[in-house]
Amino acid sequence: MDVELWEIRQHMGQFPPFDGLSDELLDAIAESVEIRYFKTGTEVLKLNEVLDELCYIRSGAVEVYRRRGELYNRLGEGDIFGHFSLMRNHRVRFPATAIEDTLMYFIPKDIFQRLCEEDEDFADFVELERPRLESVAQQQKKSNDMMVTRIRKLVTRYPVMVESTISVQDAAIQVGQAQASAVLVINEGSDNPRYSFKDSEGKTWQMCGILTDSDFRNRVVAKGLSPQTSVGDVISDHLITVQSDASVYEAMLIMLRSNVHHLPVLYRQRPVGVVHLSDIIRYETHSGLYLVSNIFNQASVQGLARLASDVRAAFVRMLQEGANSVMVGSALSTIGRSFTRRLLELGEQELGPPPVPYCFMVNGSMARNEQGIVTDQDNALILSDRFDPEQHDEYFKALARIVSDGLDACGYPYCKGDIMATNRQWRQPLHVWKGYFEEWIANPTPEKLLHSSIFFDLDSIYGEDHYVETLQDLIAQRAPQAPRFLAAMARNALNRTPPLGFFRTIVMEKDGKHNNSINLKRRGTAPMVDLIRVHALACGSKAQNSFQRLNDIDNTQLLASGVSDKLSYALEFLHMSRLRHQMIDLQEEREPDNNIEPENVDDSERHTLKDAFQVLSNAQKFLKFRYPIPAQR
Amino acid sequence: MKGIRPRQRVNQADWNGYMKKRGAVAQDDILKRFFDTELPGPDTPISEVPMVALDMETTGLDERRHAIVSIGLIHFTLDRIPLSSRRYWVVKPPRPLSEESVTYHHITHSEVSDAPDLDEILEPLLDELAGRLVVVHFRNIERPFLDAAVKSRRGEGVLFPMIDTMSLEARLHRQTLWSRFRRWLGRPPVSIRLDASRQRYGLPTYQGHHALTDALATAELFQAQVAHRYSRDTLLKTFWC
Repeated sequence: MDVELWEIRQHMGQFPPFDGLSDELLDAIAESVEIRYFKTGTEVLKLNEVLDELCYIRSGAVEVYRRRGELYNRLGEGDIFGHFSLMRNHRVRFPATAIEDTLMYFIPKDIFQRLCEEDEDFADFVELERPRLESVAQQQKKSNDMMVTRIRKLVTRYPVMVESTISVQDAAIQVGQAQASAVLVINEGSDNPRYSFKDSEGKTWQMCGILTDSDFRNRVVAKGLSPQTSVGDVISDHLITVQSDASVYEAMLIMLRSNVHHLPVLYRQRPVGVVHLSDIIRYETHSGLYLVSNIFNQASVQGLARLASDVRAAFVRMLQEGANSVMVGSALSTIGRSFTRRLLELGEQELGPPPVPYCFMVNGSMARNEQGIVTDQDNALILSDRFDPEQHDEYFKALARIVSDGLDACGYPYCKGDIMATNRQWRQPLHVWKGYFEEWIANPTPEKLLHSSIFFDLDSIYGEDHYVETLQDLIAQRAPQAPRFLAAMARNALNRTPPLGFFRTIVMEKDGKHNNSINLKRRGTAPMVDLIRVHALACGSKAQNSFQRLNDIDNTQLLASGVSDKLSYALEFLHMSRLRHQMIDLQEEREPDNNIEPENVDDSERHTLKDAFQVLSNAQKFLKFRYPIPAQR
Repeated sequence: MKGIRPRQRVNQADWNGYMKKRGAVAQDDILKRFFDTELPGPDTPISEVPMVALDMETTGLDERRHAIVSIGLIHFTLDRIPLSSRRYWVVKPPRPLSEESVTYHHITHSEVSDAPDLDEILEPLLDELAGRLVVVHFRNIERPFLDAAVKSRRGEGVLFPMIDTMSLEARLHRQTLWSRFRRWLGRPPVSIRLDASRQRYGLPTYQGHHALTDALATAELFQAQVAHRYSRDTLLKTFWC
């Protein structure tokens, strides 16, 4: 690589999809780039022009239009365009114009094709440029991949291994030479079948321990042992390992649970590497999972509360990295669940073990895995049927208090509707809970259900999971047979309507400080979630997440074909719009809320929002028609 | 720009005639080939002119005392600057490098000590320039240094038309009524150095003082100048000097 190309290579290497390319491919691109300057207002690509190059914006900005002249996209430094045409018919479908003075890099077609062939991620990136609603599902798949990344991906080299008979000094020398920070200790034999393996010469070995940098310090030097001590004498007999196909997340939890920083990675019984906590941190810092590990490391509520600002930082980072609402929602829910779990662990440490088994249940957005950053806590306790209020309630009341106060300190304020385990009504044994749900379903009125509909999003996060499952089964069994219940739920789902039909422009709300803005939760996502819940209850779905509920609904004949897809696109857009505006609030150092301000809504977002509101409005009309209030007997 | 000698003004009305004449009398084969390669005429629209951006790093500003250390060039037109056409040479100056110029150019003694003499790269260099309009930023470096270096090695110098992006900037910012008014008010003149000029056209900042990067920067600057101040149909004679 000659140094002269450095400027070009360096710049492209920072931006996706080039940031993941090998050095060799980056060199090949830089080598073949052609450059041209475009003054503001000049056409970069003309409609139907033959296109032989991928366009990369080195500086400036470009707008891409649809054939009808509508704005399709506005792009800036580091963005690419033209790949769509380049992959199809090689004629420009979406013309582009410089809206600032722009320096363009053109990458020839043959290099572009080579990139698509040789780099899968690059190919995915350019393939995914489809109408945005459609691409959601694909991205969702990708995020799942991320969650199941195997720990072996983080293993970069073969482990250093020594026999247990050698001296700690020799072991230290080997660790130093290999620039490692731990050595695996093995000996001949097979008395521990879990860790025995054969080497290439057919000899049987077994791993019997690990010696890390800190072990050299703590177990050898600090104890005043001679450098000639054999390693077998200083290793601990307690060996913690992970299988190579475990997820990164599992490996991290093992480390945290066992308080170790090095983890031998095994393929079956054979050691294939050693992963250090910092490897995982380096890998996971961006995904918010690092935050989760940090939560489990905190020993006090104060420590947990200090992490609240990290949640917001992780949120902004996720959005900037192009996460969709499912990814953000599940990441934030995982974080919220982790806070709750850790608080329960701390509570149990303080109060001692629980007198009877219990399950800590969450409701609302956390149960649906759709949590945002503007959220309050909704939780409840389901206790064992052996629960005796006289004897046991003091314990659970105190536990609920610790969790609820802790969550409030960590940025999850108290529930205004008092849906919290601190409320005695929501701290009850399982049979009482069953009674609640039976009553709601058998004798519903819209008024009665108004404040309890939140319980129909329910999930366990700690303790006896099967208590919640029992309730979920009960709901799935009874609800589809209860037309009056469904009608009452449907009625409530229509309480909040989207702003629509007022001269075809968005109607702003005029309540106090939120003048001239629209509450996207109240007028968009919440009514959408409500109506999806009604359909899900009607078809006996046990899913909690709205998108998963839509999948279940789609498998029935409840909605006309294609409707659930439309609902899911609209919900995704409403969610994303809300999240994006919260990100803007955070970036401009305002307290984030659910309102969007018209000055932050560009034309294309305005149009798509209008479409989404229309979808919601139609779906509400159908809901009313589908679940009528049955005639009184 | 302290230390620059006042120079003889080179301003050829008839560059094509001048080149033809030099070709007829040239003794050196390489120089003859260079002068005999026809250049576009003065009435060619700039959009049809093949160009080459050229930049040199030198040990100082006086061609009689200082020498060329590196040369970078890249072919271009108004429509494209293909990076694959780039060339870059480090050459060994006849006089040793001073410490200041090392820090200035980031070219080290060892790089230079293994480098060829300019004479060895003269043929590929002139072949790259032949038939193309040379574009530089501040011609009073490239023109006298190349002329002097060739003259001392081949007995005859090289002189050819150039487009000078710096003097194009000067026309806009130093010779207008507005700029005279600014001067009258005692305001500092607008900077016409390469990076400052580029910024006015929204061009990115590059790490300076590499002959090839600067050549590329000059090519981009000229595209920008034409896009903003002239047109694709402006004739070559408006630019060259």
